[in-house]
Amino acid sequence: MTSRKTLHLKTYLMIAVMIVAGPLGNVLLAQGMKHSGALAIWPPAALLHTATNVFASGSIWLGVASLITFFVAYMLVLSWADYSFVQPASSLAYGVVALLGYLMLGEHVSPLRWAGIAVICVGVFVVGRTDPKTTEKKRGNAETADPALVGQV
Amino acid sequence: MRDIILFTLIVAAGTGGELCVSRAMKVVGEATSFHPVEIAKVILRALRVPWMWMGVGMMAIAFFALLGALSFYNVSFVVPVTALSYVAGAFGGVAFLRENVSPQRWLGVLLVAIGVTLVFLGKS
Repeated sequence: MTSRKTLHLKTYLMIAVMIVAGPLGNVLLAQGMKHSGALAIWPPAALLHTATNVFASGSIWLGVASLITFFVAYMLVLSWADYSFVQPASSLAYGVVALLGYLMLGEHVSPLRWAGIAVICVGVFVVGRTDPKTTEKKRGNAETADPALVGQV
Repeated sequence: MRDIILFTLIVAAGTGGELCVSRAMKVVGEATSFHPVEIAKVILRALRVPWMWMGVGMMAIAFFALLGALSFYNVSFVVPVTALSYVAGAFGGVAFLRENVSPQRWLGVLLVAIGVTLVFLGKS
């Protein structure tokens, strides 16, 4: 029982890291891109100039670091928990990204956009809470049906 | 046209990349501890799985498309729109993998689509 509790704890811990690091990374990227000026990709010399501008920005690198943190947490949690368990839990990230955009970048988020984001969160949650294998008969055992512990049975 | 290409790349390459990575991690197996050495071992093992490279390549494409989109629009607009990947995933599953998508999943997909529409309408 203790190992099951620990596994639940580390699952939720990793999901918490994902919900913070993912949106933070996106917001930092946005901050970097807002200061990178016009995005010319043709001719090749202009692309090089754009790339130099973009990767000279500290925010871009902080954003990349944050997204790598997200990615590692995501990889780790997927190694023991189901995608269909992780996905609904991470639906909150859509709300967090708008909140951080508003707080850190001063983006104007209209009430309609907030409403849309809330509906997306609910939608992602509903998608994720469905049975991931519709073609297979369900097993009656509640223990084996725990989606946080797929690797453990 | 530019927006359609950017968002299609973010959604399609991003979803494809996630699926490849998810598949790769099932091959790699569970991470047994959070010790840095153990995490490094898991990463090294993951790098030997071809699915991981395919996934990372697709995610890189999605990443640069995301950077492009972020240079034109607010992050609180771009990221919610990328939720369209759930809609694409459901239709892709039915069309290409002959998956059986449950009514509840369609409901979720419909909600995501409505949400993205609202985000678009609240763009100004």
